[in-house]
Amino acid sequence: MADFQTPEFRQYPAIPNELVEGATAHLSPFVAKPNHQEQLGFPGELVDNWEEKAIEKMGDLLSKYRSLRVYMDACVKCGSCTDKCHYFQGTSDPKNMPVARQDLMRSVYRRYFTFAGKYFPKLVGARDLTREVLDEWYSYFHQCSQCRRCSVFCPYGIDTAEISMAAREIMDSIGYGQKYCNEILGKLQTIGNNLGLPGKALKATLEEFAEEIEEDTGLPVKIPLDQKGADILLITPSADFFAEPHIDGLMGYAKVFHEAGVSWTLSSYASEAANFSMFIGSYSNMKVVAERIRKAALDLGVKRIVVGECGHAWRVAYSFWNSVAGIGSGGDDPYAQQLQKQLDHSYPIPQHICEFTHDLLEKGQLRFDKSVNDSRTVTFHDSCNVARGTRMGNYPGGQFDIPRALIKASCNHYVEMDQDSIKEKTYCCGGGGGLLTDDLMEIRVKGALPRMEALDEVVKDHGVTNLAAICAICKAQFAKILPYYKFPMDMIVSTHQLVGEALVMKGSIQEKDLDEEEG
Amino acid sequence: MSVLYALLFYIAATIFFVGVGYKIRQYWRTPAPLKIPTTPAPVTGSGVALRIAREVVLFESLFKSNKWIWLFGFLFHFGLFLVTIRHLRYFIEEVPSFIIFMQPFGIVGGGMMVIGLLGLWARRFLVERIRYITNPSDHLILALLLMIGLSGLIMKFVSHTDIVMLKQYILGLIGFNIHQLPTDGPLLIHLLLVAVLMMIFPVSKLLHAPGLFFSPTRNQIDNPREQRHTAPWTRDLDKL
Repeated sequence: MADFQTPEFRQYPAIPNELVEGATAHLSPFVAKPNHQEQLGFPGELVDNWEEKAIEKMGDLLSKYRSLRVYMDACVKCGSCTDKCHYFQGTSDPKNMPVARQDLMRSVYRRYFTFAGKYFPKLVGARDLTREVLDEWYSYFHQCSQCRRCSVFCPYGIDTAEISMAAREIMDSIGYGQKYCNEILGKLQTIGNNLGLPGKALKATLEEFAEEIEEDTGLPVKIPLDQKGADILLITPSADFFAEPHIDGLMGYAKVFHEAGVSWTLSSYASEAANFSMFIGSYSNMKVVAERIRKAALDLGVKRIVVGECGHAWRVAYSFWNSVAGIGSGGDDPYAQQLQKQLDHSYPIPQHICEFTHDLLEKGQLRFDKSVNDSRTVTFHDSCNVARGTRMGNYPGGQFDIPRALIKASCNHYVEMDQDSIKEKTYCCGGGGGLLTDDLMEIRVKGALPRMEALDEVVKDHGVTNLAAICAICKAQFAKILPYYKFPMDMIVSTHQLVGEALVMKGSIQEKDLDEEEG
Repeated sequence: MSVLYALLFYIAATIFFVGVGYKIRQYWRTPAPLKIPTTPAPVTGSGVALRIAREVVLFESLFKSNKWIWLFGFLFHFGLFLVTIRHLRYFIEEVPSFIIFMQPFGIVGGGMMVIGLLGLWARRFLVERIRYITNPSDHLILALLLMIGLSGLIMKFVSHTDIVMLKQYILGLIGFNIHQLPTDGPLLIHLLLVAVLMMIFPVSKLLHAPGLFFSPTRNQIDNPREQRHTAPWTRDLDKL
């Protein structure tokens, strides 16, 4: 299957690994081709004076991002983060310890930007930005999924994600970008989604799904596209249109919308929630992509914007949309006002699909037949970006409770994984942050180790059959790597798949059957 | 010697205040263009103040992470805090009763400091992961702090210095008036190292102290949907 070993489950995962220097030094993703680079406004290939340009860019970012500025200085090398990264746990490579990953950049920062590094480089571990250092950056800053688990445990809140984003932005700016992220961002900016799926094909696909739901329920459930005047614009990851188990999640959303009796639509122009610009730290690209959604919302005249199941997309939507594209509330400048005066602010903008469904659940507007899911014992994987970069509902931690409430409303058998692997301490699936590409399969499999260990425990102790997620990347990653750990790939399910299957819609075949059963 | 040390302290204080002031100004002026609190995060300003206070006083995140580092780190910092209060008697003409009351705790603090530092230093040798991330400067800073602590304890328990004379000297310095400095070895070492500590503060990892207050993952309110958060350079990109 591969030229590497899937890691063995550790007897005591809490005991940190012995170091294996250079264990994953050979892992580097494919480099972006000139056309991938240029369509995003980056040089096509490594520029001649790259060292000078890289340092110039670093100075520019240091002046634009307080996070980078403070985090370069603040680390005291206490070691708190050293055993927290899933990639370190899965590879034992010391450069996958968060502080060591940060130090790849910090050593260069010290050399060029600090008194101590300029005059006493050896003393403070400062290094020139040589070709070897640059290649090390390329390798190890693409072994970080920007999941922020380390930032939870850092006494100063140093977030390695901020540093790996800055490193990738610097590398892009000198013509040394990553193929996977940049190629996909190009498709997104020209066609409207990561897949490069044109509007016509999308329409046909959605009609098929609608027919499938109609066959199943006997109800004319629609999945509308480009419907002007609809109340709600749904922005969902394009994986929901073609991948399993994502599709079942999309059908779940459609059922919930139908049951709620709201008018909603997808947009062919903005048919993607994902925004890989975050992974490469590019504010300008993030804005370009989010502005497609802004434009779609303006053109369609919607009042609300709901986001489908996707982790980093929810972080971009929840935390960044209002900043980069004025999609939110409370903006008093003309740019934000243009969109915001059209929106209905009695609802959160944007709203997560789980929040939407949860509201209906709270109001008692949804009827469930949990027994449909009785063959399943479910556990929930908190997606890193949702858990540590966003919120749902109106109190801190709602992002943990709301998806669980939906699963528990749909299933009789629910089990939690180990406390150190859920909620704010959740582990990344191993494929986030722009690593969901075949050329990084080794790091993806190894990085999944802590999650697989926690899963194995509940499979053995409680007979768990399914792992539910609310992220397109998690779902795709697990579907691919579960077999490496001898689990069936269809263990992974969408949260709204569980909801959709247990939902008893008014006037449906299921309602009739259930009413007869209950007499 | 008195003049030499006076010069040393004027230089050290200048470097310290100008240097740290410069860094704080730099942190202050650098925008945080995006909302990046590590969630779950407080949704109000007072919640954020409380979160920062818990980090500063209790080292909350470190406690979640590793009880050993927390223990030694807390011993050292809390010890240093007590020692600092004890030392205020050299800077205030009429010593308030609270500082008099705190004097014995300052001695305990000195012990806590040294134990904490020894623990933290031991980890740099014994724990492979921490050995890997340690630079020579990390050892030197620990050595410096430890020697400050030990030379201080020596003056308490082994060879006393003339603290009345010392107080006169320090109060004199504050008023740009150079008095006679006692010339005991431990005191001269103690003072020299403190001056060194002040001078390296703005160019070393000691910047973690002001840094914490500026850390966006800790000091931001979780309200990006309710309020539009921008920076001057990002607003320039908004085009209608």
